[in-house]
Amino acid sequence: MRPFHYSRPPSMVEAVVEMRDVLAADPHASATFLAGGTTVLDLMKLEVMQPSRVIDLTALRQEFGYIRRDGASFQLGAFASMAEVAAHPDIIAHVPVIAQSLSLAASAQLRNMASLGGNVLQRTRCAYFRDPSWGACNKRVPGSGCAALEGANRAHAVLGTSAHCIATYPGDFAQALLALDATIVVVGPRGSRTLPFAALHRLPGTTPHLETHLHPGEIIAEFIVPAAPWARRSLYLKIRDRQSYEFAVASVAVALDIDGGTVREARIALGGVASVPWRAGEAEAALQGLPLSDESARTAAAAAFADATPHAHNAFKVALGQSTLVRALLQVASMEPAP
Amino acid sequence: MTKSLTPAPDAASDRTPQRYEGRAKVTGEAHYPSDVRLPRTAHAYLHVSRIGRGTIRSFDLAQARAVPGVIDILTHETLGEDIRQTPAMYQGGYISDSVRPLGSAEVAYWGQPLAMVVAETFEAAREASNRINVTYHPHPAPSADMGSEGAVTQALEPMNLAVGNFEVAYAAAPVRIDADYSTPTQHQNPIELFATQCVWEGDRLTVHEPSQYVNNVKFGLAEQLGIEPERIRVVSPYVGGAFGSKGFLTQRTALVAIAAKRLGRPVKLVATREQGFTVSGYRAETRHRVQLAATRDGRLVALRQEGWELTSRADSVAMGAASMTARLYACPNVSVRVNTVSADRSTPGFMRGPGEVPYGFALETALDELATALDMDPIELRRINDTRTEPIGGLPYTSRSLMRCFDEAAARFRWGERTKPPGSMREGDWRIGWGCATAFYPAYAGNASARVRLSADGRVHVSSAGHELGQGMYTMMAQVAAEQLGVPFEQVTVSLGDSDLPPAVVAGGSSSTASVAPAIMAACDAIRRRLGIEGASPSEIMPAMKASGRGVVEELAEVRAHGVDSIAGLYRGKAVPSGGVHLPDRVQFALGAQLVEVRVHARTHEIRVPRAVGAFAAGRIINPRTAHGQLVGGMIWGISSALHEHTEIDPRNGSYINANLADYLLPVNADIVDVEALMVEEEDPLVNRAGVKGVGEIGVVGVAAAISNAVFHATGQRLRDLPIRLEHLM
Ligand SMILES: Cc1cc2nc3c(=O)[nH]c(=O)nc-3n(C[C@H](O)[C@H](O)[C@H](O)COP(=O)(O)OP(=O)(O)OC[C@H]3O[C@@H](n4cnc5c(N)ncnc54)[C@H](O)[C@@H]3O)c2cc1C
Ligand code: SF4
Repeated sequence: MRPFHYSRPPSMVEAVVEMRDVLAADPHASATFLAGGTTVLDLMKLEVMQPSRVIDLTALRQEFGYIRRDGASFQLGAFASMAEVAAHPDIIAHVPVIAQSLSLAASAQLRNMASLGGNVLQRTRCAYFRDPSWGACNKRVPGSGCAALEGANRAHAVLGTSAHCIATYPGDFAQALLALDATIVVVGPRGSRTLPFAALHRLPGTTPHLETHLHPGEIIAEFIVPAAPWARRSLYLKIRDRQSYEFAVASVAVALDIDGGTVREARIALGGVASVPWRAGEAEAALQGLPLSDESARTAAAAAFADATPHAHNAFKVALGQSTLVRALLQVASMEPAP
Repeated sequence: MTKSLTPAPDAASDRTPQRYEGRAKVTGEAHYPSDVRLPRTAHAYLHVSRIGRGTIRSFDLAQARAVPGVIDILTHETLGEDIRQTPAMYQGGYISDSVRPLGSAEVAYWGQPLAMVVAETFEAAREASNRINVTYHPHPAPSADMGSEGAVTQALEPMNLAVGNFEVAYAAAPVRIDADYSTPTQHQNPIELFATQCVWEGDRLTVHEPSQYVNNVKFGLAEQLGIEPERIRVVSPYVGGAFGSKGFLTQRTALVAIAAKRLGRPVKLVATREQGFTVSGYRAETRHRVQLAATRDGRLVALRQEGWELTSRADSVAMGAASMTARLYACPNVSVRVNTVSADRSTPGFMRGPGEVPYGFALETALDELATALDMDPIELRRINDTRTEPIGGLPYTSRSLMRCFDEAAARFRWGERTKPPGSMREGDWRIGWGCATAFYPAYAGNASARVRLSADGRVHVSSAGHELGQGMYTMMAQVAAEQLGVPFEQVTVSLGDSDLPPAVVAGGSSSTASVAPAIMAACDAIRRRLGIEGASPSEIMPAMKASGRGVVEELAEVRAHGVDSIAGLYRGKAVPSGGVHLPDRVQFALGAQLVEVRVHARTHEIRVPRAVGAFAAGRIINPRTAHGQLVGGMIWGISSALHEHTEIDPRNGSYINANLADYLLPVNADIVDVEALMVEEEDPLVNRAGVKGVGEIGVVGVAAAISNAVFHATGQRLRDLPIRLEHLM
């Protein structure tokens, strides 16, 4: 870890102003926000991140730690902890996929510390990204290459990758947000704006070091999660190498609007297999208007992975991703949602 | 009779003594070596290599030196000849490998210490270490794993064993199995990191370091530093897990000792989790070829196992447990061989069930394949080939209760309800498989001494330089002394883990109780003699003590273990266990049966282990509570070694890419459901005076095979390489 300057602004306004001033003085300043710190501190200890300035946002929990329901949607303050949201009875009943994606993530200790905002911005677990002694990592050092292409890439992505980066987006919650068409409210030097959650993450392309479409200095303040009645029929299925405290090898967030056995609308997002939270639009389209059966689920799953690009050690993810999706679809169809 | 060792529901009615140091541990009063606070401590941080082989061209230390608080940076250039080259323990020395600490510009493996920074704080030392720039001469990629081209295979002829004529018998037999198996690199990963604190007072050095053998550290370090062993004291009253990794002196200790000497201040080093992967030895990857042949009614007629074990270039280390798998079953024609494969890696070492786990996995999986080929229940196959004498030399087992273990485990497991065809058991989307394997571990003991002091008020103090690794050494020592002297357990206090105490054997080979209990018994005998009541029962001791009018009686006794030639090694830090298959007149093993259920999801192929039942016969069990912890913990580790643990190597630079506890998978609570250890009563008066065979390691052995066999039963897929992961079932 390297020495850094630390501050803890007391409010959103002051936090935004402080970061604005830091960036105004030096647009390339290595400044970072800190929420629960479970990603930031980890990467600072590994020296993957070497910020000269750390702006601690934990005081914003006062303002943005809420879990509110307003008509047909939930508003979740970005500084609510993963644990609080996962345990909230209304979330569990109305949008179970949200609660499950959070409670199946990380460990109890991490869920207590970590914030929703930090969660969606967590960084990849690619071993070559996390160890600076590897020279080649385009995400860490733009233009340096990608050690994972010819390396240990069992955990890497098969969807949304590029020749420059095949890292997996590791989180769980993001898939639930994506499937439910959540939006986020961000506050920055130029005021606040709302954007679809689907527009937050950026495909790696030729610039894998740029992971989101947030503008410099913007802070995520809130998640708005629509809660249509059919969102009660939703779930998160996570396949992993051990039963808890482990990232997904493949996961599915799914919500199903189903009418007498026929799919009116399916909403599907895939985790563990893609470079960003991945909406499986082709699979959704394939299911529309069909009865949900083993066969239609398989067809949808095949559609979701039609464009998959496997590497040496992760080819199994193509088949596993499909069977995970089939299993999730059959499971959600047979679900008896809370009244 | 079988005693279930799942924790007694009514603890109050359970009279087994509670863990002696339990309260101190849960209240934080137990000070582990890195908890000891010494005034004016300077903090050290290791800088380790990031290449897998090569030569250092130069160090750029300028930035590192500029970090505020940095005091000293040791490299091979600044260290000089302060640390001597000494033979590794495999060559009769002490240290766990023979690469001299900061000895030269040569880099032999990824993760090798190249420099040690000493600073006022840990943080400054770490930062400075990160600012060290090392340049290397151009180097070719290392040959870091078994498959790599530059790895060199060498047959270890002295480890070959044979009886009968394998080739002929194999060729003629009606049913044959011939298959290859492999097990991965694994690391012990005790929660307590590799820590060392050194403090000099004049010319006397005290080392606080978690150790499984304080006297090995003392004598080995003396040799490295070229000073008299009497000037060194090694203190290790609690060890936060070791599993073999803290068995022998490692390179770090001499570095810390030298740094403390140069500075004239105490120096503390706590290697990081990642560095722990190369600071000490580990379980090397292995390969095996097993050939079995049997008659149609299941009698083994030929058995051959050949093992290949990875080792470093510097040291030829092999666990060679083919000497055990060759002796487990009745078979007239046996041939086993062992090879090392040396590669650009750090020197491997011991990890719980070091040879038994990999060699047992191969043999016990092959036996299951044979049972399948014979269309025979796998427990029956083991029954048919059960034996009272080992086949190589015809020596008798001191006791052998293998089939009682299988019978009791099978009854508990309801094995009789198993349907034989693979894939025939299912519940919803989950395929169910039941598998079994034999567990074995040689009964070892080494030389040990103990001192026992009895006071007129009935208080007892017992001391011996044994080791508390969490296995229950304090409890066992107090219990044996209490029993022998007829006093309540609560009146006994214990000292251990200190090289100033009467020496004892390394806490390895599951031999601590078998070695130290007899020494305590001998010291208690001496107390009886002193009181003039030789041979008297425990209840006669306190009356005799009162009658004698003495305030205190204190006696020291040493015991030489069967099979150890002389007592001398005990006083030179070289008391290593003997027994098992190394005795002229007999073999001695603890044995057990491992039965597991696995469930494999029909669509997504995750593997779960909802149930495991082990039954073990290991001679006398002194404390069922701590034995239970050992056995259940071992079985859990077995599940782990089958499904989770795998140190992954990037062959491009020989690095371990998952050298942390997030990526090196161990089971979490959710993975472990119902694990039950049964104790099968067994009396073995021959094995040692205490009748103890040891339970430290046997719980792990055989579980991986039982799981792979159960996976076969669930899915029809035979998986011969560990760990087993869902992608192997797709
Ligand atoms: C061992 C381990 C296992 C894990 N397993 C899982 C798992 O199974 N599933 C899973 O989903 N996650 C897992 N995680 C990741 C964990 O959930 C994230 O680290 C955590 O959610 C991040 O939240 P935080 O508040 O601690 O973020 P921080 O570490 O504080 O911040 C993360 C990033 O977000 C930025 N940031 C934080 N808040 C905001 C904001 N409001 N606006 C703008 N930027 C912000 C920070 O600058 C930083 O770049 C695991 C982590 C560890 C260490
Ligand atoms: S996959 Fe991405 S994160 Fe990993 S090494 Fe390649 S560029 Fe870096």
